[in-house]
Amino acid sequence: MAQVYEHPIFPFTAPPELLEERVGNAPVCVVGAGPVGLAIAIDLALRGVQVVLVDDDETVSHGSRLICISKRTLEIFDRLGASAGFAEKGVVWNKGRLFFGEDEVYSFDLLKEDGHQWPAFVNIQQYYAEDFLVRAAERLPNLNIRWKSAVVGVEPSSDHVRLTMETPEGRYDLDADYVVACDGASSFVRRTLGLDFEGRTFQDRFLITDVTMQAEFPSERWFWFEPPFHEGQSALLHKQPDSVWRIDLQLDQSADPEVEGREENVRPRIERMLGVDAAFEIDWISLYTFRCQRLQRFTEGRIFFAGDSAHQVSPFGARGGNGGVQDADNLAWKLAAVINGDAPDALLASYDVERIPASDENILNSSRSTDFMTPKSQAVRDIRDAVLALAYDHGFARRMVNSGRLSVPAVLDGSPLNTPDVGQFDGPIRPGAAALDAPVATSDGMGWLLHQFSGDFTVLLYLGDAHDVLPDDWPHALPAMVNPLVIAPILGPGVIGDPEGNVRVRYDLMPGTVYLIRPDQHVAARTRAFSNIWLKGALARALGNVGDNA
Amino acid sequence: MSALVTDDQTAAPDDLYQALVDAHEGLADAESRQLNARLILLLANHVGDLAVLQEAAALARASVLRDRPDD
Repeated sequence: MAQVYEHPIFPFTAPPELLEERVGNAPVCVVGAGPVGLAIAIDLALRGVQVVLVDDDETVSHGSRLICISKRTLEIFDRLGASAGFAEKGVVWNKGRLFFGEDEVYSFDLLKEDGHQWPAFVNIQQYYAEDFLVRAAERLPNLNIRWKSAVVGVEPSSDHVRLTMETPEGRYDLDADYVVACDGASSFVRRTLGLDFEGRTFQDRFLITDVTMQAEFPSERWFWFEPPFHEGQSALLHKQPDSVWRIDLQLDQSADPEVEGREENVRPRIERMLGVDAAFEIDWISLYTFRCQRLQRFTEGRIFFAGDSAHQVSPFGARGGNGGVQDADNLAWKLAAVINGDAPDALLASYDVERIPASDENILNSSRSTDFMTPKSQAVRDIRDAVLALAYDHGFARRMVNSGRLSVPAVLDGSPLNTPDVGQFDGPIRPGAAALDAPVATSDGMGWLLHQFSGDFTVLLYLGDAHDVLPDDWPHALPAMVNPLVIAPILGPGVIGDPEGNVRVRYDLMPGTVYLIRPDQHVAARTRAFSNIWLKGALARALGNVGDNA
Repeated sequence: MSALVTDDQTAAPDDLYQALVDAHEGLADAESRQLNARLILLLANHVGDLAVLQEAAALARASVLRDRPDD
C-alpha cells in the first residue's frame, strides 16, 4: 500500500529578542527554509558561522514541486551531511523516453559511466528533500531555525541589515551583518527593495499534479508531444517515492486556472491518460505559467539573493531547484571566509560574477525547451513537428528535439577566481568546473574522491605509481585553509590510491600534476609544474585577492 | 564576409524549380507545409554551418519584410 507522507509540525519557540524585548544580532540571517535556504544555512553553520534561519511556515513544502534532484545537488547535500535520505528514499532514474503522438521517437540514457557515487537524477518530493535537510540542520548547534517567523521589514544600512520579524507572539527586530534571501519567486525581501525581474513570461499554462496509484511504469522520464490522451499539447510523467506519480500537462493559453485546477476537471484529464479503470488519488494540483527571468544583480549591499528569489526558469530541465542549490554552494564558503576573516570582502563580488552566467545558461536552456513545447505560430509549429517527424529516422533531428535540457553543474568559465592552466591539459575538469567524482582506495577501503576533499581548499597531488617522492618545492606546511591530498600507491592518512585509473583519466593526471580544489569542490587551478609560488598565487586569487597575478 | 552563396550556381534552374514543385505533387496543404519544413531541416543539416543558415534566414526575412505594404 502507498505510504502517505505526514507533514511534521516544527513548533515556534519565542526567541530571546521577544523574551528580553531587545534587538537581536546575527552574523547571517537566511530568509526562507526551502531547499536553497536550508542548504546555505547548513553550509555556513558547518563553516563555523552563527546562522539564524527564519521561515514563515511551520512545516515543509506541500506538493512534489522540484522533484528531480541532480547528481551535483546530491553531491552538495552529501557534503552537507544530508544525503542519506535521498539514497534511501529517492527513485533513481537515468533513462528518458520521448513520444510523438502514439509512437516512441527515441530514448536516452543520461549516465552510463561507472564510478560515480550518485546517479544522474533521483526523484523525490520536495517535502522529503526539505525534511532531510531540516534534520541535518537541527544537528548544528550554531544554526538557529525559527519557524513561524515572517520577515515583514527590511532596512539595509552600511554595516548591517535590520529585519523585522512577525511571530505568533509579536514582532521583534534582528540586525544581521548579512542577509541571504531564499524566500522564493515572490520574495518579500526582493519586493521590499523594489527590485524587478528581467526576462520573459510564457503564456501557456501547465497543470501539475501528484497522483497516487499502483502502476507498472518503469523509473523513467516519459515525455509526450501531442499524445492521443491530451491532444495538441505535451505531457510528462515521472515516478516518485511512495507510489506517487508526477504528471505535468500543458494547457492552452485560454485555460482558466480556477476552473482547470478543480479536481473534478483534473480527474478526467488523468483518466484519459491512465485509462478510465485506473485507480488513483490526486494528492496535489498546481497550475502555473512559466517565467524565465532573473534579477539584474543577485547582490544588493549586504543582501544576497539565491534560488527562485534571484531567478526563475521553466521546470523542464530541473534547473530551478538544482540551480538554486548551486547558488547556495557557491555563496556559503565565500560568505564564511569573509566572516571568518580568511578572505577580503572582494570575494563576495564573485558570487554575482559566477552565478549570473550560470543563471543565464539555465534561463537560455529552459526558454528554448519551453519554446519548443509551445510554438508561437503555425509556421514555427510546422518546423517543430517536422523535427519530431524526422527524429524517428535521423539522428540530427533527434538532437534538436527539446523536452528539457537537464541540469548539469555550471562551469564557471571566465571567473576571476580561476587561475589559467600551467601546462597542457585535456578533459572537461578545467578551472571553474565542478570536480568529478571517482572511486578511490583509502586506508579504510574503497571510497569516493569527493569525500576526500576537505571543507576548505584541497591541494591534490598525483604521484602516479612509480614514485612516492614529493615535488622539490612541496611545502612542509601548507597555507591556512589548504589541506593536502596525495594520490600514490602506498595509502595512509591524506594519501589515496587510484586503482582503476578513473581519477587519472578524468583529471588528465601525470606524475607531478597538482589541482587546487575550492571549498565548493570547483577547480580553482591546475599545474603540471608545482611550485609554492603557484599555490600561493592560485589560493590568493581564489580568495578574491584581485590583482594578484601569481 | 558573406558565407552564403547567392550567385547563380545552378546548371539547370528549371529542373531545380521543378524538383521543388514535384515534391508537393498530390499533397494536401497541411502535408505540403510539413514537406517544406522537413525539407528546410534536411537542407539545413546538410549545410551544417550555423553562420550560413543565419545569413540565409536573415536574407529571406528581409525579403519578406520588404513585401509588407506601407502603413
